[in-house]
Amino acid sequence: MIPAITFKNNGINFKEKAFKKTLTLLAILAVVILIAIFFTLLINSFPSLKALGAGFFYDKTWDPVADEYGALPFLVGTLLTSFLALIISTPFSIAVAIFLGEYYKKGIVAETFKNVIDLLAGIPSVIYGFWGLFVLVPVVRVIELKLNLPPYGVGIFTSSIILAIMILPFSVSLSRQVISMVPDNLKEAAYSLGATRFEVITKIIIPYTKSGLFAGLLLALGRALGETMAVTMLIGNTHSIPTGIFSPGNTMASVIANEFSEATGKIYTSALIEMALFLFVVATVINVIGKQIIKRFTI
Amino acid sequence: MESAILKVRNFNAFFGESHILKNINLDIDKNNVWAIMGPSGCGKTTFIRCINRMHELTPNATTSGSMQLNGEEVYEMNPVLLRRKVGMVFQRPNPFPTMSIYDNVIAGYILNGIKLSKQQKDEIVETSLKRAALWMEVRSTLHKKGTFLSGGQQQRLCIARALSMNPEMLLLDEATSALDPVSTSKIEELIHELKAEYTILMVTHNMQQAARVSDKTAFFYLGEIIEADNTKTIFTNPKHEKTQDYIRGHFG
Amino acid sequence: MRNNDLINAEDSRSDIERQIAHRNKKNKRFKGVVIGATIISTLPLLFILFYIFRQGISAINWHFLTNLPKPVGEAGGGVANALVGSILILLVSCIIAIPIGIVIGIYLSEESKSKLAYYCRLAVDVLQGIPSIVIGIIIYEWIVRPVGGFSAFSGSLALALMMLPSIVKSTEETLKLLPESLKEASLALGVPYYKTMMKIIVPTGLGGILTGVILSIARVIGETAPLLFTAFGSPFMTTDIFKPMSSLPLIIFNYATSPYEDWHQLAWGASMLLILMILILNIISKIVQRKWKVQF
Repeated sequence: MIPAITFKNNGINFKEKAFKKTLTLLAILAVVILIAIFFTLLINSFPSLKALGAGFFYDKTWDPVADEYGALPFLVGTLLTSFLALIISTPFSIAVAIFLGEYYKKGIVAETFKNVIDLLAGIPSVIYGFWGLFVLVPVVRVIELKLNLPPYGVGIFTSSIILAIMILPFSVSLSRQVISMVPDNLKEAAYSLGATRFEVITKIIIPYTKSGLFAGLLLALGRALGETMAVTMLIGNTHSIPTGIFSPGNTMASVIANEFSEATGKIYTSALIEMALFLFVVATVINVIGKQIIKRFTI
Repeated sequence: MESAILKVRNFNAFFGESHILKNINLDIDKNNVWAIMGPSGCGKTTFIRCINRMHELTPNATTSGSMQLNGEEVYEMNPVLLRRKVGMVFQRPNPFPTMSIYDNVIAGYILNGIKLSKQQKDEIVETSLKRAALWMEVRSTLHKKGTFLSGGQQQRLCIARALSMNPEMLLLDEATSALDPVSTSKIEELIHELKAEYTILMVTHNMQQAARVSDKTAFFYLGEIIEADNTKTIFTNPKHEKTQDYIRGHFG
Repeated sequence: MRNNDLINAEDSRSDIERQIAHRNKKNKRFKGVVIGATIISTLPLLFILFYIFRQGISAINWHFLTNLPKPVGEAGGGVANALVGSILILLVSCIIAIPIGIVIGIYLSEESKSKLAYYCRLAVDVLQGIPSIVIGIIIYEWIVRPVGGFSAFSGSLALALMMLPSIVKSTEETLKLLPESLKEASLALGVPYYKTMMKIIVPTGLGGILTGVILSIARVIGETAPLLFTAFGSPFMTTDIFKPMSSLPLIIFNYATSPYEDWHQLAWGASMLLILMILILNIISKIVQRKWKVQF
């Protein structure tokens, strides 16, 4: 016989409700945190928004001592490093994505390369910067001497190379996913017509995955725009508009990193936070658009 | 004297706008095996999922009407307490993959945080497994994971798990449809034996099975009970034309 | 005449053959380019690992792990405070982020079609994309400025905010893959919903959830930017989480950008230590993934 065992039932209803409430409350918390982040940045940017207006984005001079806050040099620096990094890394990321999504989908080769790319994403930004400072900078200096340029070593170019390495894993992981989702029957149809693999890749896979590949690049760009430590260590931190890709410069993220904890004065701090707001908004827009494209692609 | 353990009166069930069960009236009497049959989409699974209130777990699912278990209104009880009194076995065997065979049998106690002595546990496990006709096969491997058993054994493990709670009623939702013929016949034998202690309601789309195993049969069609009677009567002398068509295989 | 025809036919055949040969060559060349570019893409990792291990191996010893940094000019010194700081800061962020992340993940997998789930998922996605430096500023404004001082705790909050999205996502994705029948089996036994979730669903998906947690730790262990204005760094050994505290990435940044050879050496050692920790976490995550795979 099964012994008669009495179940205690006190508080089931209460616990049941409390549990569901907790789930809902924490889900709301995630939304609240995001909204709070936005408003924190917005409210703290007010002094700067009011004092500087749109001039913030086209004034060339950033001189806290003279109370002048023009973020144009940093805007240019940010865009220049990010796009340059994207240009450098794109051919490689597409190649790796084709390698992992088409040529070597499974097996030990695929696993090894996948792990290497994952690890590349795992190395901390500060270590990329450190390594760049001691290995990449001397190399760039030699190149600059050969080109008859002032041998800074640090600058836009150096930062872009490191950024290119850093964002590669992001676009690879997305592009690979997208490429491996191309339906087999589509590829087989092309093969049955006598197409070579090269033709299948360029005429079937790439056109089919265009939007997904674009989203991958977009998200990688979002990463590059906000990347801080490595760039801070390698860009040279000058407050003037870069004159070429080898000249030193500064990005918004690195100005914040360098100056925020020492910033005195309401407008100064607020101007730095306005840059953070800008980075936040740009990153968010890029993220949402990129994810939307990916979502539409996967459905 | 037979007494109805479950009384269903003017019962309706809905998924959002669609009316799944229409005005169901049925008395289920004690220590009988009831077969619920009908073509797919007729609401038979929904019906037994209403008895232990699993139906309402689906978003937008609602019910109306009355259903009484031993005189107690099912839809006024706490669903958690109700489900402890009504055991259910599903279409596919679903033992808990993280638990051993032993723990699977007493999962209802473990999960509800009830402290049992070793002796009580052993007793429950052995009795339940014996009733589910699984004891001889697993007695030496009680501490292995339940998912290592064959499909038929897993299903009997699930029956043991339901029996361990000492339910007043056992619901089988096409419990043999995913199993091989040998396992199916084992479970059918088992149902015969369990009848002595439990009231069993089984959904099946297999008419032969209904004829073989059940005492009473209810024929569902498009959400309504067309006919409910002794199994023998239903299969030999159905009153309703639709029932006749169905048992002659005129539906898919 | 016939002869001429034959010659023409042969001519066109060799034309086609030439074309095919050309296409095959292109095909092979393309594969070569793809493989070449892939190999080049992996070189930076090898260079970085090689260089850091070469520089760092001589720095790491018992003295390095158990001593405090020394002032400029004095030889020796270690990173004990940064190591303890990193571990403490991460521990506190785990305590904050793991339960919240798992609960939100449960919500998203359970109520996946609700309106709140849509906005919550969007918020988590956006949160994941916020530059780390911005997170630093936010925590500075929320905690450091009102309290009036840097603290390890504020650093933990910043890192927790960065861990949260990946914990939420790995939990949601893991739980979504579990069959509905598992939940039904438990509910049908009269197990309350909350116990079903906490004692059946979460334990069954624990392998996947844990993998996500470990990877999220590996991702934030090297984060520097969010700590600049929160944990701030400290030359002393402290375990008081309401005081400024050092951490490995912070001292790497400070020492790497200093002009002193001794400090660079410490920074290489710290870098190697950090990389080793990340490698080990990655390996653990792989093991967990494999070992805790639940069979149905």
